[in-house]
Amino acid sequence: MASEADEQLGEQEQSVKNTDFLGAGPRIEFLDKSAYRQRRIRDAASFLPVLAVILMIFPLMWPRGVGEKSLTSYGMIYLFGLWFVLVGLTFLLSRVLRFPDVSADSEVNAEGTSE
Amino acid sequence: MISFNLLVLVALGYVAFLFLVAFGAERRAKAGRSSWLRSSTIYTLSLSIYCTAWTFYGAVGYAARSGLEFLTIYLGPTIVLIGWWWFLRKLVRIGRSQRLTSIADLISSRFGKSTALGVMVTILAIIGTTPYIALQLQSVTQSIAVFAAHSGESWQDDNLAGAAMWVAFGLAVFTLLFGTRNLDASERHHGIVLAIAVEAVVKLFALVAVGVFVVWGVAGGVGPTLDLIDASVQSQWAPVPSRWIGLIFVSGAAFLCLPRMFQVLVVENADERHLSTAGWAFPAYLLVMSLFVMPIAVVGLDLMPTGANPDLFVVTIPLQEGREGLAILAFLGGFSSATSMVIVATLAIATMVSNHIVVPSWLNARTPGAVVSGDVRDVVVLSRRLSVGVVLALGYIYFRLSGGGSALAAIGLVSFTGVIQVLPAMVGGVIWRGANRWGAGAGLIVGFVVWAWTQFLPSFGVDAALPQAVFDVGPFGIGWLRPQALFGIEGIDPFVHAVFWSLGLNAGAFMIVSIVTFPNPLERLQGAQFVKIFDYSTGARVWTQSTAQAEDMLVMAQRIIGGARAQSLFQAEARSQGKAGFLPDVTPEFIDRLERELSGSVGAATAHAMIGQLTEGTMVSVDDLIAVADETAQIMEYSNRLEAKSAEQDRTARALREANEKLTALSIQKDAFLSQISHELRTPMSSIRSFSEIIREGDLEESNRTRFAGIIHEESNRLTRLLDDLLDLGVLESGQVQLTQKNGDLGDLIERALVVAGVEGSDLKVFRKPTKETVPICTDLERLTQVFINLISNVLKYAVAENPELRIIVRSQTGQTFVDFCDNGPGIPKESQSMIFEKFSRLEDARMAGGAGLGLAICKQIMAALGGDVAYLPGQGGAAFRVTLPSNG
Repeated sequence: MASEADEQLGEQEQSVKNTDFLGAGPRIEFLDKSAYRQRRIRDAASFLPVLAVILMIFPLMWPRGVGEKSLTSYGMIYLFGLWFVLVGLTFLLSRVLRFPDVSADSEVNAEGTSE
Repeated sequence: MISFNLLVLVALGYVAFLFLVAFGAERRAKAGRSSWLRSSTIYTLSLSIYCTAWTFYGAVGYAARSGLEFLTIYLGPTIVLIGWWWFLRKLVRIGRSQRLTSIADLISSRFGKSTALGVMVTILAIIGTTPYIALQLQSVTQSIAVFAAHSGESWQDDNLAGAAMWVAFGLAVFTLLFGTRNLDASERHHGIVLAIAVEAVVKLFALVAVGVFVVWGVAGGVGPTLDLIDASVQSQWAPVPSRWIGLIFVSGAAFLCLPRMFQVLVVENADERHLSTAGWAFPAYLLVMSLFVMPIAVVGLDLMPTGANPDLFVVTIPLQEGREGLAILAFLGGFSSATSMVIVATLAIATMVSNHIVVPSWLNARTPGAVVSGDVRDVVVLSRRLSVGVVLALGYIYFRLSGGGSALAAIGLVSFTGVIQVLPAMVGGVIWRGANRWGAGAGLIVGFVVWAWTQFLPSFGVDAALPQAVFDVGPFGIGWLRPQALFGIEGIDPFVHAVFWSLGLNAGAFMIVSIVTFPNPLERLQGAQFVKIFDYSTGARVWTQSTAQAEDMLVMAQRIIGGARAQSLFQAEARSQGKAGFLPDVTPEFIDRLERELSGSVGAATAHAMIGQLTEGTMVSVDDLIAVADETAQIMEYSNRLEAKSAEQDRTARALREANEKLTALSIQKDAFLSQISHELRTPMSSIRSFSEIIREGDLEESNRTRFAGIIHEESNRLTRLLDDLLDLGVLESGQVQLTQKNGDLGDLIERALVVAGVEGSDLKVFRKPTKETVPICTDLERLTQVFINLISNVLKYAVAENPELRIIVRSQTGQTFVDFCDNGPGIPKESQSMIFEKFSRLEDARMAGGAGLGLAICKQIMAALGGDVAYLPGQGGAAFRVTLPSNG
């Protein structure tokens, strides 16, 4: 327990050093290809719930009372279809999304995790 | 016709099975073989306690009454989980690093380990959860009653109440056995988690089984089912936009804020990575759970007699169709939904009650300092067990008082809206550093009051809690306070109205009060840690150096987390400090670590208060915070300065190295020059000596004597020239040179220099552009000519090309005049270019014995004295020198 905490302290100091010598901060402007891809996958993971909200609210704009779009069966097919696609997309993202190191998730380490 | 007794037997057998499962899981975990118990599958399944009996039975009823609107209850959590990367991950990380025990602990810990906030959230959770537990009891007893009625027995209220009591009692035993076993509430409850995972599978399987039976067994396939839906009373899908959006929002928020959901999502989480699985797997679970709800609802409406309770279609349809095995399975599914929810909710609330209400009160009732001698461990365990009993008893009492009527069924959404009053403080606390405890408290109180007024009290029905007059004209005739038309805005859907005003005013109060008040240092520390959880893995210091004794601390820790664990913790700390034994130095870091460890058992606020009593309030102050910040800034500045200095030293070292190289090279050349000049002096000297000896001895022919005398004369001239050069250089270098300014024309000067250098007799071809050379100049013409002569003689000496050429280019640019002397010889190698203007420097060339290496040095000195310059001009195809004439001032 204690040693684990010590390690974490050590890491913290390390990262403080890294940032200090850069002065302005630890941001790395340009990443290599795989780290760049990871960033974009994270963007996709952040964007997905927004997409989900938009598409779930979308049926509110459909015409009511006329045509098959206003039928419950049509709504069911749309909503479950959407749901299924969202689950599929999240599944795909969870396959390719690499979890950052639990103890280090700063921008400095972002490049370090690339292979 | 199944006997009612068989159902009871099956139910009891199922309960016994669950006990065995939980017991087995605890044993495996104790034996250290718990890796699969910590898998992401178990985690995902444990989240299914979101689907309670309200879902299992109620969703069908909801669908039968309001069509597809029931889906919103599942779409909200789906959005939250799909966006796990954005918020859930942060929440789970905070929960793990701060060892949170409940959602009340999260709020309390974030806002300066405030006891008051913990109490407020706990009370809100009790009020929001008790009706919900009652609802579960009701659904179980109602489904039992269905079977009783089916087997010909008629159940009275007494029978229902009795069954509910037995169910509540059984759940209490289960929760006590597996929920209050380990004191550390932030540790996983393997038995409970595995049992609810099993129940998750059972309820999903049961609902799907009923659904498959209804679609393919009763309706006759997918197509006919859809036709049936379109032929039912729910054929038109006409969502009310405000309700649709409001319900999705509330269910998503409730997924985060419900105490039982926080328990399984955050407290029981074994690994952050499980979120990435749960992110898609739990929405998939919800999808399957709700897939057959609509078909069951319409088939039930079609099949069952009018007036049948649609909430029980899941059980009554199979019974009606004579599928008793399926009906029992459905009952077990509903039973699973109800019990898993009650167990986890009770556990979560009991932890909150004991950590935020009982233990702090118990501590307050004692004189300060007595903590060390009191037996906290027993108090905590006892209070948690009592809380379990009390929470379940409250649920039961609520069930009895409400009469189990339809009022209870409506409580689901009311409860959701009540619980999500924590949302602003929770989300704000996690993403906004400026949020403080005054704001959180104000938001919670405002939200709670508005919720109670607009939704909770009206939910009991008109004339139950609030009289009709209040709905019509407001309390005491104040119209704008009407519970379903606040501020006089009428016509909003009552549910949306309550959500909008309670959460809106809550969030508003939270932000405004946070902005105008000031947080204490501990809040600021915690705020920074929560908001920047991914930047800090360990916390900043909360304690300053204190006088507390390690022994007192050990005694206290033993009382809370038990002897063995406390001792190993202290021993490990002592070892890491390089000490033997069990008593480490009491450093601020150690106090922090100890506090965190204790907070896993008794919550952040209590742990903080207990440590505070021992250390006698040596907590960090605002000044300390600022001092720490200053220190950091100083260290940063210091390191920046070091950086700059070391860069400067690098530069100096490089310059020194270059100078040294130059000096070494010069020294070598000086040695070479000395031997050269000795040679230069000796050669004419020896010829002068020998020829003068010959002349002194006489009898020489006249012609020979003249010739010898000529040689002597020539040699002494050479000597004189050499000495003149040396003297000249000496004078130039010392700056005592006399200059005679005269006006002249550049072309004339070049002409004369070419003549004096003896170009005419040689095969050197000179290219000039006389028109450009007519530049009037005013300087020491003699000296300038000397420079030209030297440069031209160099060309004569060193241009080894077959047809040597010299181009003299005069160029005027921006008030300055350049004269370039370019030959077509081999040029000067790059490494020598920096040396050629030094005294004594000569290129390693066999042909240059004629000069002493002073020519260019003299040129340089003259030009410097005249205010111009001469430099080597690289890249001209041969050696090239540029003379920059002094500007005509």
